Amino acid sequence: MSVQTWTYILVGLTFALYIGIAIYSRAGSTKDFYVAGGGVSPLANGMATAADWMSAASFISMAGIISFAGYDGSVYLMGWTGGYVLLALLLAPYLRKFGKFTVPDFIGDRYYSKTARIVAVICALIVSFTYVAGQMRGVGVVFSRFLQVDIDTGVIIGMIIVLFYAVLGGMKGITYTQVAQYCVLIFAFMVPAIFISIQMTGNPIPQLGMGSTLNDGSGIFLLDKLDGLSTELGFNEYTDGSKSVTDVFAITLALMVGTAGLPHVIVRFFTVKKVKDARKSAGLALLLIAILYTTAPAVSVFAKTNLINTVSNEEYSSMPVWFKNWEETGLLSFDDKNEDGKIQYVADKTKNELTIDNDIMVLANPEIANLPAWVIALVAAGGLAAALSTAAGLLLVISASVSHDLVKKVFKPNISDKAELWVARGAATVAVVIAGYFGINPPGFVAAVVALAFGLAAASFFPAIVLGIFYKKMNKEGAISGMVVGIILMLFYMTKFKFGWFGGGTPDDWWFGISPEGFGSIAMIANFIVAIIVLQFTPEPPEDVQEIVENIRIPSGAGEATGH
Amino acid sequence: MSEKQKKATAYWKENVRYLFILLAIWFVVSFGAGILFKEALDTIKIGGFKLGFWFAQQGSIYVFVILIFVYVRLMNKLDKKYGYNE
Repeated sequence: MSVQTWTYILVGLTFALYIGIAIYSRAGSTKDFYVAGGGVSPLANGMATAADWMSAASFISMAGIISFAGYDGSVYLMGWTGGYVLLALLLAPYLRKFGKFTVPDFIGDRYYSKTARIVAVICALIVSFTYVAGQMRGVGVVFSRFLQVDIDTGVIIGMIIVLFYAVLGGMKGITYTQVAQYCVLIFAFMVPAIFISIQMTGNPIPQLGMGSTLNDGSGIFLLDKLDGLSTELGFNEYTDGSKSVTDVFAITLALMVGTAGLPHVIVRFFTVKKVKDARKSAGLALLLIAILYTTAPAVSVFAKTNLINTVSNEEYSSMPVWFKNWEETGLLSFDDKNEDGKIQYVADKTKNELTIDNDIMVLANPEIANLPAWVIALVAAGGLAAALSTAAGLLLVISASVSHDLVKKVFKPNISDKAELWVARGAATVAVVIAGYFGINPPGFVAAVVALAFGLAAASFFPAIVLGIFYKKMNKEGAISGMVVGIILMLFYMTKFKFGWFGGGTPDDWWFGISPEGFGSIAMIANFIVAIIVLQFTPEPPEDVQEIVENIRIPSGAGEATGH
Repeated sequence: MSEKQKKATAYWKENVRYLFILLAIWFVVSFGAGILFKEALDTIKIGGFKLGFWFAQQGSIYVFVILIFVYVRLMNKLDKKYGYNE
């Protein structure tokens, strides 16, 4: 059977499964819609969190980015997993004990202020919209390459599927579809990785294969081989980076803290029964994420070595079929500058003839390694699962921010449960349409703004929540001014160095040598400092708020999540 | 301070002590071994891996997973000790 047929079968089957689950687990109340009724088991929540977290970026792009960045790519590996330690130790158990529906709920109640709640809602909306646009685009790319429909049609198909189960099932539908999506995506990621690891090193475990010797009888370690190939072509050694230590440090920290502060990840911990379950499911989530995150750097090494071996100094006319296929999508291009008919892939930009998009490394990897058709099709289904699961989680945050935090808590406190549920569904629908629009007409700044999303979460939510739990005397004046300063500082730095506003600047002008991607860590520190200074000059929080803080520190008696 | 409050304060102190220890390890394996001391550790080689590079792309992640499960165990015990388990 051809790749195309296999893809139709696998994608069709998985989509049917998601829709089936959605119909089976419809939401009947706002509690079902926001927190899946609050009775999700730690394992199911762990799987759902893992699928929620691992987006098209983790599945499709990350291994590719690492294969071109080498050691520098470690910032994503450590940053996007280390954040879970912060989440498990500093946030999840206490927020579960607090027992409300959303992150702005916590900020609003803990800081006894509508202003704080609204600032939190705005942050949640900016972060989530940025993210969701990227997911829709990912859906479109997978459809266009594997099912030969154009990207726009792909985005629309994706929209309809997400709309169906997010709007119908809310958090309840999303949770159980995410469990299924985790299984699909992890299987789809691991199968090709294991195949290629055996092919190249004879070791079936990719994590070990990465550090093994090559299978060709030379006895050379794979990583040494790749270091050699890279320097030969004029690149840095693969295992050495080109970024400064300060910048690597700052980016890693910003990504970790940003991860812990992302609302769509935090809300997943409101869905379990007890505080104990929240801790356990954070551990399970990271374990399940780590399976992909420790395999990805191995895939990067395999793919990069394979790629160089296949194309470097070879005749263009002798390139395999996949080369032509990917050239058609525009993700791969060859420009024969010295007209010798061979492909020169080198670091020197004036001589380099091959341009490769990061995303190809995972999507084309099975083809480059000549794996069977069903494995190639599986990657398509996996990429879709990763993109759809994250998109659904984000849409839920968006709809809950509107229906619960704005309509119910600010504008119309006496709205009935039924009516609120309909507002939530309406908000989710509008959000899907906006996300789809950005997926079809991607603004050029999407990539830049994704980094901004992490920076924003790091600069706003993380300090406010941590201080809210660990510093009983923290008051609303401190928390609000901290959040506002953090966000504004982050926005200023990003727009200055990414879009050239406020006089722009080059990497030489970076403060402390820190790139915009890493600046979230500085903005976060500024947030903490401002909050603590303002606190010194403003009144203590009221007695009942201090009691709330004492209460969330004790794990027992969590009761059920409630919106009232 | 009431008996109940004393118990809560003692529980919280122990909890925060665990957090400090676990987060110190978190910092050492990632920011320490994977970034600040990466160059020095790279002179040590285990199999095909330079040690600093291994910590940055593999080791730190394994330690993160272990840290959370250790935390879960410690806290479950602590909850029991103070009668906060349910």
